Amino acid sequence: MAASEQEILAGLAEIVNEETGIPTGDVAPDKSFTDDLDIDSLSMMTIVVNAEEKFGVRIPDDDVKGLSTVGDAVSYIQKASA
Amino acid sequence: MAGSRPTDSQRVVVTGLGATTPLGGDVASTWSAMLSGTSGVEVLTQDWVDTLPVHIAAPVAVEPLEILPVPQIRRMDRSGQFALIAAREAWADAGTPDVDPERTGVVIASGIGGVTTLLAAYDTLKERGARRVLPMTVPMLMPNGPAAIVGLELTARAGVHTPVSACSSGAEAIAYAVDMIRSGRADVVAAGGTEAAIHPLPLAGFAAMQALSTRNDEPERASRPYDKGRDGFVLGEGAGVLVLESLEHARARGARIYGEVAGTGITADAHHMAQPDPVGSGAARAMSMAVAGAGATSGDIVHINAHATSTPVGDVAEVQAIRRALGDATDGACVSATKSMTGHLLGAAGAVESIATILALYHRTAPPTTNLEDPDDDVDLDVVRGEPRALPDGELLALNNSFGFGGHNVALAFRTVEK
Repeated sequence: MAASEQEILAGLAEIVNEETGIPTGDVAPDKSFTDDLDIDSLSMMTIVVNAEEKFGVRIPDDDVKGLSTVGDAVSYIQKASA
Repeated sequence: MAGSRPTDSQRVVVTGLGATTPLGGDVASTWSAMLSGTSGVEVLTQDWVDTLPVHIAAPVAVEPLEILPVPQIRRMDRSGQFALIAAREAWADAGTPDVDPERTGVVIASGIGGVTTLLAAYDTLKERGARRVLPMTVPMLMPNGPAAIVGLELTARAGVHTPVSACSSGAEAIAYAVDMIRSGRADVVAAGGTEAAIHPLPLAGFAAMQALSTRNDEPERASRPYDKGRDGFVLGEGAGVLVLESLEHARARGARIYGEVAGTGITADAHHMAQPDPVGSGAARAMSMAVAGAGATSGDIVHINAHATSTPVGDVAEVQAIRRALGDATDGACVSATKSMTGHLLGAAGAVESIATILALYHRTAPPTTNLEDPDDDVDLDVVRGEPRALPDGELLALNNSFGFGGHNVALAFRTVEK
């Protein structure tokens, strides 16, 4: 069964926290990875690869550019794993 | 002392010390363990150990995870973590100097670089594919990574450098930093070395060279420089960093001065890739250069922190080199082989042992050499055994030797500075 939006958000927040130290509570759907969370491109790629593994999805590099907010990433992962 | 002294702007002094070693997580604990003759060598517990002929090493006493936050740990090779920890301590110890970033330099050496990152990433590539190789892999494995980490930490823009000369790397970093200050490129430089190579591949490689001790049942007695029973070195890990600046600069800001890097000598053997020159002429020349650079004579040397790794060939070759360089004055210098306690920190050894040398002068106490129970007949040195030894009053000069595979020789002469 595919993960719920809430589960994906929680899982993603954990990955972001592990990579950057940002508290999981700050990883909210409306937050921009670059502007709000100050995550650089190298960390972003690490987060993407870890998310692929955790949720069993594939996120091509070209699609990563479109994921500007945490919410974007949650919806993408939910669709891809549906 | 004989010879002329350079001006205060050309004299380079040590104003900060930092270290993380098999003996302690900082300089104070390392020094105190050294004086009490503590061993940092232990039996490894990793599951790969049984596949190797060598089961012992000297891991750092305090894991970086106890000090640095996990996200920072994940973005740094272990060697970078050590360097950052040691550099922070050294910089704070120097009183957190207020220096123009364009006048601040960093020289952090490594013998092998980010070898554990490299090998773990290769395992990931083979087992899980290219997609799983982390984007930080290259910055983590590059040998200049630790120097860059420290450069970022200190906002150093005068230059960030990484000498690589195997086991003399850390000493070469200090010599390079002295040149940076004397040539006017920088006012303050954080210099030292770091190494994190306790992994089955480097261990297997050194073991294949017959370079490592296999005294697996007696880890604390395995590193025994100058002893007849020595059978190789013990691989250690850690980092040492010294803050260097001109005497003029240090006095102007009222810094505490540990001592002076009075002279540096760098030579190469061009003899053999891994064997020392049997007569030690290159090593001797490095020592003579360091003494001459200090405006001194060999008779001024009261203490030597020897390279003395506990290999059958290397220890004796160094003894001959010391005799060749100092002649009869050899008898006036007491010798400490601190690798008997720390193991061999490769690219960090020269830095950690420079710290030991400068502290020996500062506290006028030479640390002991442990495990020297039955001295080799070819070792006619006054080795400090068992207990630490008090050094005399007055102005003192000491040498620290570091030699590396590839035929690299570095000698550093340290001198007391009036408080």
